[in-house]
Amino acid sequence: MTTRSLPDRGGYFGEFGGRFVPETLMAALDEFESVYRKVKRDRAFNAELDRILAEFVGRPTPLTETPRFAEACGRFRLFLKREDLNHTGAHKINNAIGQALIAKRMGKERIIAETGAGQHGVATATACALFGLQCVVYMGEVDMARQELNVFRMRLLGAEVVPVSSGSRTLKDAINEAIRDWVTNVRTTHYIIGSVLGPHPYPMVVRDFQSIIGAEALKQMRKRTGKLPDVAIACVGGGSNAIGLFYEMLKHESIRMIGVEAGGRGHKLGDHAARFSGGALGVLHGTRSVVLQDEFGQIAETHSISAGLDYPSIGPEHAHLQQTKRVEYYNCADDLALEAFRKLSELEGIIPALESSHALGWLLRNGAAIAEGSLVIANLSGRGDKDVPQIAAMEKPPQ
Amino acid sequence: MNRVQRLFKRLRAKQRCGLVAYVTCGDPDLETTIRVVQELEEAGADAIELGVPFSDPIADGPVIQAAARRALRGGTNVRDVFRVAKTIRERSEIPLIAFSYLNPILRIGPEAFAAGAADSGFDAALLTDLPPEASREIHSALRAKGLGLVFLLAPTSSERRIAAIDRASDGFVYYVSTTGVTGVRSEFDPALLERLDEIRAKMKKPLAVGFGVSKREHYEALRTRCDAVVVGSAIVRAVADGKSAGAVVREILGTASS
Repeated sequence: MTTRSLPDRGGYFGEFGGRFVPETLMAALDEFESVYRKVKRDRAFNAELDRILAEFVGRPTPLTETPRFAEACGRFRLFLKREDLNHTGAHKINNAIGQALIAKRMGKERIIAETGAGQHGVATATACALFGLQCVVYMGEVDMARQELNVFRMRLLGAEVVPVSSGSRTLKDAINEAIRDWVTNVRTTHYIIGSVLGPHPYPMVVRDFQSIIGAEALKQMRKRTGKLPDVAIACVGGGSNAIGLFYEMLKHESIRMIGVEAGGRGHKLGDHAARFSGGALGVLHGTRSVVLQDEFGQIAETHSISAGLDYPSIGPEHAHLQQTKRVEYYNCADDLALEAFRKLSELEGIIPALESSHALGWLLRNGAAIAEGSLVIANLSGRGDKDVPQIAAMEKPPQ
Repeated sequence: MNRVQRLFKRLRAKQRCGLVAYVTCGDPDLETTIRVVQELEEAGADAIELGVPFSDPIADGPVIQAAARRALRGGTNVRDVFRVAKTIRERSEIPLIAFSYLNPILRIGPEAFAAGAADSGFDAALLTDLPPEASREIHSALRAKGLGLVFLLAPTSSERRIAAIDRASDGFVYYVSTTGVTGVRSEFDPALLERLDEIRAKMKKPLAVGFGVSKREHYEALRTRCDAVVVGSAIVRAVADGKSAGAVVREILGTASS
């Protein structure tokens, strides 16, 4: 079975995926899946989505060639898919708009979401403001501190931001709280998951809404060079921006694809979020995938400089793409991501999100091995404005 | 027929509503759990759900979340839960149900889990985040060792799912009384009782009702509507506060001496 026909009817990508949730949620997931399958073929729904993506989000986003940064990496040509230029500053809005439209169809007037870096929270709050839906966003306290600006943006947009103080107080714990809210309010509430995670059908739905990234990039590359790209690269937290870039390219076997996880500050469990280096098969947040955990199945805490990659599991489709070797996965450490963050800013006038900087960091370190003249597309999944206060604080000399 | 099946048969024969008591294993240490289970049994609990602590308990409210944190801080793992069950089983024939999230079971492997659970005297397992359609491997591993797998049913379950869960569940079905996480609630919504009656009328297997059962009034409202109630957070809270877990059971059953 080719990846393009996945997930199967049970929501599996090979041995990964599925639907592992308390019984209370099963009916809501069935409803979400059946409404989604209907709207996917519905011309009016798609016309409305396309209109909003063009007029409100600002799609298509440009493909920008960045020769000075490319020169710092190697001898290839580098093109950035500019998801940072979307309204709200990241790719997350593609999915938030799509799911909010579905929530309206289902008659759900209350939306909940989790957020790590805050980009999905801002995107969801924005979609809710646009459609007049009530919005509650769960966010770990650690993430609220490092992404204060996005907390303020969500509140400006009329969302309630609920601090989560359990566990490592990051994305994983925010998802726990969002699921608890959903179990309680499932009849009136739709949960907009922001990544290709969670129980079926979320990994499929989020992927489909994000696949516009790769579809546009292929078209733009063809127009610019008359060719397919040779390499596509993206950072992978849950993996929505990466699958968004990869999905339409999977059928082109000549395209080499690379996902870059957060290498954090070291190789010890707890110091990184590189699931493919030390993770094991597990179930977290409703899906079976590769999970960082201890020998007794307790979920490990993770570390990454970027809140959006700081998560112990990975989207099940990525686990499948890794197992089948269609996509290569590597990781990039905090300091290398920071170096790329600065370099892209200085050399190209683009301040990237710390998340996206991981993909760029990998190119900085490993780009010399990419053949001369290769066409490389990197997904610039978000802009770095949100990270500026965090970087500024790091640069302050210790008092 | 194992202890769980025999219990529900007995309850039906006597037309009595039983009480299943939940306790998080290892909260705050293993000795406390062993002592609390004995108290619960002496107070009249008919079966024990022994909770395997998990780092990310999405179906639990604050009381049981805190208990899991304390247990994990003390280093409790699945093997410890087996040891506690074995100690209990040495002196008691009370039905024991392992209550867990899926991941700790997957991690040691369905077969190792089934073997360990059977060896330590468990009668069944209940896995909060495992619906029947994804349970084949674990279910057959448990059955091969003579253990049952109990499934949850919710007020939101469709007709089709009610029938499927009734068929798949071993011994009884655990009905989650309300949409929400575990935790004590002040009162029961009458609409929920109505929904419970509707669901019970469709089912063949015995039904235990849990989530929010913490008071005498709850037991009174439920006793004619189901085969057993499950009491969790009220017991866990008593343990955390250093109060008698047995007193909670006696209070709910109305056997407290006053």
